[in-house]
Amino acid sequence: MHRFANPARFLRIANALLPWLTVGTVACLGIGLYMALFASPPDYQQGETVRIMYVHVPSAWMALFIYVFIAIASACSLIWRHPLADVAAKAASPIGAGFAFLTLVTGSLWGEPMWGTWWVWDARLTSMLVLFFLYLGHMALMGAFEEQSRGYRAAAVLALVGVINIPIIKFSVDWWSTLHQPASVIRLDGPTIDPSMLWPLLIMGLGFKLFFATLLIVRMKSELMAARVRALSLAQLRNA
Amino acid sequence: MEEFLNMGGYAVYVWPSYGLTALFMIALTLSSLHTLSKRKRQLAELEAKRPPRRAPRTAQPQTAQPQTAPTQTAQESSSS
Amino acid sequence: MTLKKVIARDLRLALRQKTDAATVVLFFALTAALFPFAIGPEAAILLRIAPGVIWVTALLSVLLSLERLFLADFEDGTLELMFLSSLPLELVVFGKVLAHWLVSGLPLIVATPLIAILYGLPFAALTVMLPALLLGTAALSLIGAIGAALTIGARRGGILVPLLVLPLYIPVLIFGIAATDAGISDGAIKAPLMILSALLLGMLFVAPLASGVALRQALE
Repeated sequence: MHRFANPARFLRIANALLPWLTVGTVACLGIGLYMALFASPPDYQQGETVRIMYVHVPSAWMALFIYVFIAIASACSLIWRHPLADVAAKAASPIGAGFAFLTLVTGSLWGEPMWGTWWVWDARLTSMLVLFFLYLGHMALMGAFEEQSRGYRAAAVLALVGVINIPIIKFSVDWWSTLHQPASVIRLDGPTIDPSMLWPLLIMGLGFKLFFATLLIVRMKSELMAARVRALSLAQLRNA
Repeated sequence: MEEFLNMGGYAVYVWPSYGLTALFMIALTLSSLHTLSKRKRQLAELEAKRPPRRAPRTAQPQTAQPQTAPTQTAQESSSS
Repeated sequence: MTLKKVIARDLRLALRQKTDAATVVLFFALTAALFPFAIGPEAAILLRIAPGVIWVTALLSVLLSLERLFLADFEDGTLELMFLSSLPLELVVFGKVLAHWLVSGLPLIVATPLIAILYGLPFAALTVMLPALLLGTAALSLIGAIGAALTIGARRGGILVPLLVLPLYIPVLIFGIAATDAGISDGAIKAPLMILSALLLGMLFVAPLASGVALRQALE
């Protein structure tokens, strides 16, 4: 792990990977999109709205996956002072927040034709809303200090406290939701998923992951440069 | 084609879903690339201003500059 | 510097401005009293919303007084003195949170019977609601300390604390209200009260730890 701790080495590996990741992302998303919109059947019950699932579910997967990624990076930052961990956490957060937001919006767009309402306090949607707020807090804390290193470390603590709380929040919201469950049981997915729908879903999921990896590297490069800019500006101020 | 665009009557839900997803991905990508080029420019300007560090201060063999600069960044940014 | 001294000092400072504890109670009572004006005096509706109103306003009351928890001591250097003393920072946090709760959480118990009357709650419900509020407000103070510690020296720290802390407040809110609801409708009070206690115990462990880490970051 510490072989990659050197930013110069990271940059070399990242730059080598970037073209491949870009190609992979575009290819996966392209194929996934084709399958989602053309090569897969409409649902027996939900009709064409089931196609929203092919962007809604991968977004939800990414929102969760990225938060775990940030939590791991935060742990690396606080425990081992890994220099790239902070950069990774800062770069990843807006991507995760965006996917959480997309999950909510596409969920609403799916919900309105299906359940007749734009918002439902369903346990999963509510938990995703809370996750979205956790992301916003993380991003706000990152940028709240004059000295960026303070922001890195405070956000790392917040991310870890958040990740401990996520199962608790999920449990509470599930509990609360079943207590207030309306008569009709709302199911976000349909019955067991058919292979003709599973494959587009998985390929879109992979495409979203590759998109994250590609964009993460771009944003990490920016953040590393920003750190260098800060250091150089400070040095020049001192020498002036 | 008509039928495809209509999405069985659900067009107003399906197309905005895909549209917003695409919008988010493209917008974030463009924004990130823009920031990257901005930082590259800032870095180039700042590196041009600093005095050249070609001459070694002692009789040690000179290490290649691209190697030392980023590692120094790691130390500088982790100690800042 | 001992734990007792930390608690005593914070209490003294808080009570010197006697208005502080009174303000918290007044805010709690006044906000709760606003809702009938907004929603209408229909008894059935008020009974239904009472637990929610009481808990949300209690939460806001605790939240409002959090910013002062570490900021004043940080700015005048007392926090650094505490850091350098032999008392572990985690215990300093515990002491300050205890003092904060004694001034901002515990007094809410005083106002609760009054609000129960305003909303037509059966008095028997208080036997569950008061312990639940005690447990809940203590947990809220602890969680809030993490937010306060993280935002020392931050720009717009005041607005930042609620943003950071509200998602973490949700489990306490859900189970606090569940206990209160069960107390009113004579339902199962044990489960939510036990979960509330578990949350408090968990926070007694996590909050001083996380706050300690955050405070060290601020003091470095």
